[in-house]
Amino acid sequence: MGGLKRASAAIVGVAESDLGHVADGLSVIDLMAQGVQRALEDCGLRLRDIDGVFCATTQSRLSVLALCEYLGIDPPFLGSTIVGGSSFEYHVAHAMGAIEQGLCTVAVIAYGSTQRSVGRKQASVREINPYESPFKPFMPSSAYALAASRHMHEFGTTRAQLAAVAVAAREWALLNPAAWEKTPLTLDDVLASRMVSYPFTVRDCCLVTDGGGAVIVTSAERARSLKKPAYVLGCGQSTTHSSISSMPDLTVTGALAAGKAAYRMAKLGPGDVDAFELYDAFTINTILFLEDLGLCKKGEGGAFVAGGRIGPKGTLAVNTNGGGLSYCHPGMYGLFLLIEAVRQLRGECGLRQVKDCDVALAHGNGGVLSSQATVILGSAATL
Amino acid sequence: MPAGEPSPLNRYLAHLEKGELAYQYSPEAGKAVFYPRLLCPFTGSANLEWRISKGTGTVHATTVVHPAQGTPFNVALIDCDEGFRLMSRVEGIDPMEVKIGQRVRFRVHRPGGDDPPCPVFVPAEDG
Repeated sequence: MGGLKRASAAIVGVAESDLGHVADGLSVIDLMAQGVQRALEDCGLRLRDIDGVFCATTQSRLSVLALCEYLGIDPPFLGSTIVGGSSFEYHVAHAMGAIEQGLCTVAVIAYGSTQRSVGRKQASVREINPYESPFKPFMPSSAYALAASRHMHEFGTTRAQLAAVAVAAREWALLNPAAWEKTPLTLDDVLASRMVSYPFTVRDCCLVTDGGGAVIVTSAERARSLKKPAYVLGCGQSTTHSSISSMPDLTVTGALAAGKAAYRMAKLGPGDVDAFELYDAFTINTILFLEDLGLCKKGEGGAFVAGGRIGPKGTLAVNTNGGGLSYCHPGMYGLFLLIEAVRQLRGECGLRQVKDCDVALAHGNGGVLSSQATVILGSAATL
Repeated sequence: MPAGEPSPLNRYLAHLEKGELAYQYSPEAGKAVFYPRLLCPFTGSANLEWRISKGTGTVHATTVVHPAQGTPFNVALIDCDEGFRLMSRVEGIDPMEVKIGQRVRFRVHRPGGDDPPCPVFVPAEDG
């Protein structure tokens, strides 16, 4: 088994669809198509160039069929792996493999959600787990809260340290015109907000918005003639469980294995990464992923994020778009990590731009800390 | 599996009806298995024994759910002494007083109506 080849493919086009609270009646496929059109425009390719289509959503059972029908295309390669919010990081690896094997040359990865407009109950069918549902956990928040309780118990992590993650995300969001949240947030605001599932208040939890988008992946060869390609340097995935009761260790996620695989493929380490886009569905996520991706030791993530270290004035650029906590979170946020990572590499991020950004890491999380996938992207300088 | 043999879930629920917390044991792996299933997740073997837990365990993780309406309640992960973990809740004390490491004891909860029984825990006398 040879595995994927470093920089054999690149992300060349990225775009969000409408975000926040979209116009009444827009469907998730409308949003995907809008993302595809804008991402194609972003890179100068055309619909007829697309020969691979990947997508995931909770609101369309056979979404890849619906999207192809909508776009009027019959591409030879389809993928709709759905493992929660990290699906799109998995899709990047799958698209890269397909491109390496010559199964397609221009792949689009699309997402859409109208969960704010239609309500979470409509957007995502509740699955009954006979071993968990009788206890009425508020999912997914309670699953992440259980992991947080364990982190607090084992390492002394505090609610104020969790809140520091939300504050940093908000500070970044205030620099992002596309962010949902527009007002400042303090540690006290986070701690005093409505409790959802202890230790999380509503400010420890991601937003509930609509949104979608698309990214275009093509071969490195084809990418060279396009605008500022973001080369895929490394990919890694790990799936440790599905339900929180079966998570092997509540304080160690699959990001450890996923990150290791991605760093190995990229021939880079955590110290080489200029911007980290980490799936912050809840404040504990950022802490867990900073630890598991090697930015600090296990258990030290709470102290690491305190004092504004990961905010815009800090020393480590983390979740520079404002994250799922303050920018946008339509349910499966992973696509937006890729979009922001590419924009940082291109230097398109205005007030929130990370200086001299040549390597950006997007880390997706799905389920209840279940499916972890890391994608490391680099500018032409990293080749 | 012969047709008509009860599913792992129904067998588990039948034990709960009798007031027993059942789990499986994989002799090849030498490990407890929970939730009940047809294949051992450690070996892939279909050879799984059913056992009855003594019903004692330790709180592994805990949260307090604050519903939009109604009073806050506990949800916890419990490590049973036989070596398996399950989701449950600790009853009989303030949900914020449920602590990781606390010793707890199983009892069956019967919600009534069409809802099947489920295993809940109370603080153990020895804890």
